[in-house]
Amino acid sequence: MKNLIKLIMIAATGMLIANAPVNAQSKPLRIEINQGVIEPMPIAAPKFVAKGNGSQEYANQITAVIVSDLAGSGLFREIPASAHISNITNFDAPVQFADWKAINAQALITGSVNVSGDNLTVQFRLFDVFAQSALGDGLQFQAGKGSWRRMAHKVADAIYARLTGETAYFDSRVVYISEEGPKNARRKRLAIMDYDGANSRFLTDDNDIVLAPRFSPNNKEIVYTSYASGSPKVYLMNVDTLKQRLLDEQPGMTFAPRFSPDGTHVVMSLTEGGNTDIYMVNLQNGGKTRLTSGTSIETAPSFSPDGQQIVFESDRGGKQQIYVMPTSGGTAKRISFGKGSYGTPVWSPRGDMIAFTKISKGRFHIGVMRVDGSNERLLTASFLDEGPTWSPNGRVIMFFRETAGASGAPAIYSVDVTGRNLKRVKTPSFGSDPAWSGLLK
Amino acid sequence: MTSMKLTFAAIALIGLSACDSNSSLGGLGKDRGAPSSGGISQSNLDPASIAYFNETIGDTVLFLVDQSTLTSEATALLDRQAAWLLDNPRNSVTIEGHADEQGTREYNLALGARRAASVQNYLVSRGLTDARISTVTFGKERPLAVCSDEACWSKNRRSVTLVTGGLGS
Repeated sequence: MKNLIKLIMIAATGMLIANAPVNAQSKPLRIEINQGVIEPMPIAAPKFVAKGNGSQEYANQITAVIVSDLAGSGLFREIPASAHISNITNFDAPVQFADWKAINAQALITGSVNVSGDNLTVQFRLFDVFAQSALGDGLQFQAGKGSWRRMAHKVADAIYARLTGETAYFDSRVVYISEEGPKNARRKRLAIMDYDGANSRFLTDDNDIVLAPRFSPNNKEIVYTSYASGSPKVYLMNVDTLKQRLLDEQPGMTFAPRFSPDGTHVVMSLTEGGNTDIYMVNLQNGGKTRLTSGTSIETAPSFSPDGQQIVFESDRGGKQQIYVMPTSGGTAKRISFGKGSYGTPVWSPRGDMIAFTKISKGRFHIGVMRVDGSNERLLTASFLDEGPTWSPNGRVIMFFRETAGASGAPAIYSVDVTGRNLKRVKTPSFGSDPAWSGLLK
Repeated sequence: MTSMKLTFAAIALIGLSACDSNSSLGGLGKDRGAPSSGGISQSNLDPASIAYFNETIGDTVLFLVDQSTLTSEATALLDRQAAWLLDNPRNSVTIEGHADEQGTREYNLALGARRAASVQNYLVSRGLTDARISTVTFGKERPLAVCSDEACWSKNRRSVTLVTGGLGS
């Protein structure tokens, strides 16, 4: 990332501690997200205090993004400012806990925003209102003004992590396919946006069909499929410089590329003579190893987070089903056994689950199962839901949903791994094939 | 006030009906069909022209759902294509393989490639040389008909033989 965000801990002020009654018995404020949250935790996030000229607009927007991130996760509910009794006008003044307790805010977020020249400083503190104590140290982020959204996401990430005990996913990006035009002449472009749909920008023009991009583990490169040469071929692109190169110069159509977790290899499908198999390409020396064989279709490979296994789809049993094989190739084990077809398996970053597309009785579903195929759960259903991708913390899945008919078009959605909190991710035009980055550094 | 923990109940699979916001619009789509010949009667076409190949012989072979095997109609059409190509040795062909929208994107790319290869193999079996035939898959990226029911899907599960070079190019 070009814009570095500097992180500093703010020493807890004596005042805050002095005013907080010591309550050694209380457990830390914590929301458990394993089972899906029925009742979001009520939080108050009064507008961050603007310090200095020109800070107010940033303070307003940064607070709004933090609230949008937290409430959008489905785990938290914002208590609107109209219900607040206290105002926070001084970031360092003692918190009137009774005023926040009275409106049943369990957590309170306070912050300040200071613009100085081109630099922006954001500070925040998180409080357990009922325990009347700070949750962790205050934090300060410093960066250029242009990074204000990322700083807001970083604050929200820190709050999410403290309140859930898990890493978050707000300071992340999504690379996707932006689509325009009629269904039989779609114009497709590679595009990249923040996880919440903000800051969308194009990475390619619409001259060639482009498909299914994926991030490298360091989020700096993507692999994708383009028809630039007339037939589908896998390309590698640097997201900052937009420099691209053909991954494999040899004949044959290539598609469905994904990076290995260490970023040194790309696994993909190669079609020759009508037969599609999975190959591993070494990015250092260009060497190519074949991992599957036979006349069946093998595609949509995805690495396990430890790099030891690859999950993929194959119709070797007659229909699209999901299989797992060692990264070196060799014997594959089928893991999907339900009725219908299964495709596009993606290994969760936590390593515990596989997300997939299921086609059954003319409907499409996004679902998850354990890596041994047990505990299959379908999260969505529609005319066409396809292409799951995991949030960096493995708690949320993004996918695309295409509507039926002559005017049918795709849009990007997200859903919690519990099946709750289904919502559309706003993109400037039609969107498909989302792929989530890791958390940005 | 020590208990700060929210309580949760385990949730069974959330009702899928909540996600079923897209009612099928199938049947409303206007079928565009194949491009028309623009009123040119076939008697005016030079039998060695690409237009003759496209309109009189036919460039499109249809496939059954999730299949790449050739039907008897398909082989009859491909026999005529092969005969024409043997008569017009300066032409080459690209076989495009396509799939309908009822499959995932990458699988459909592989399926389209299979269909194109199926046509290629048949043409080779009829005496054409491999070198004259190239293949490309478009998966579900370029539907011909845009409605979302079998009337359109059956037209989209296709291969298209694109003639290049020779007369009329």
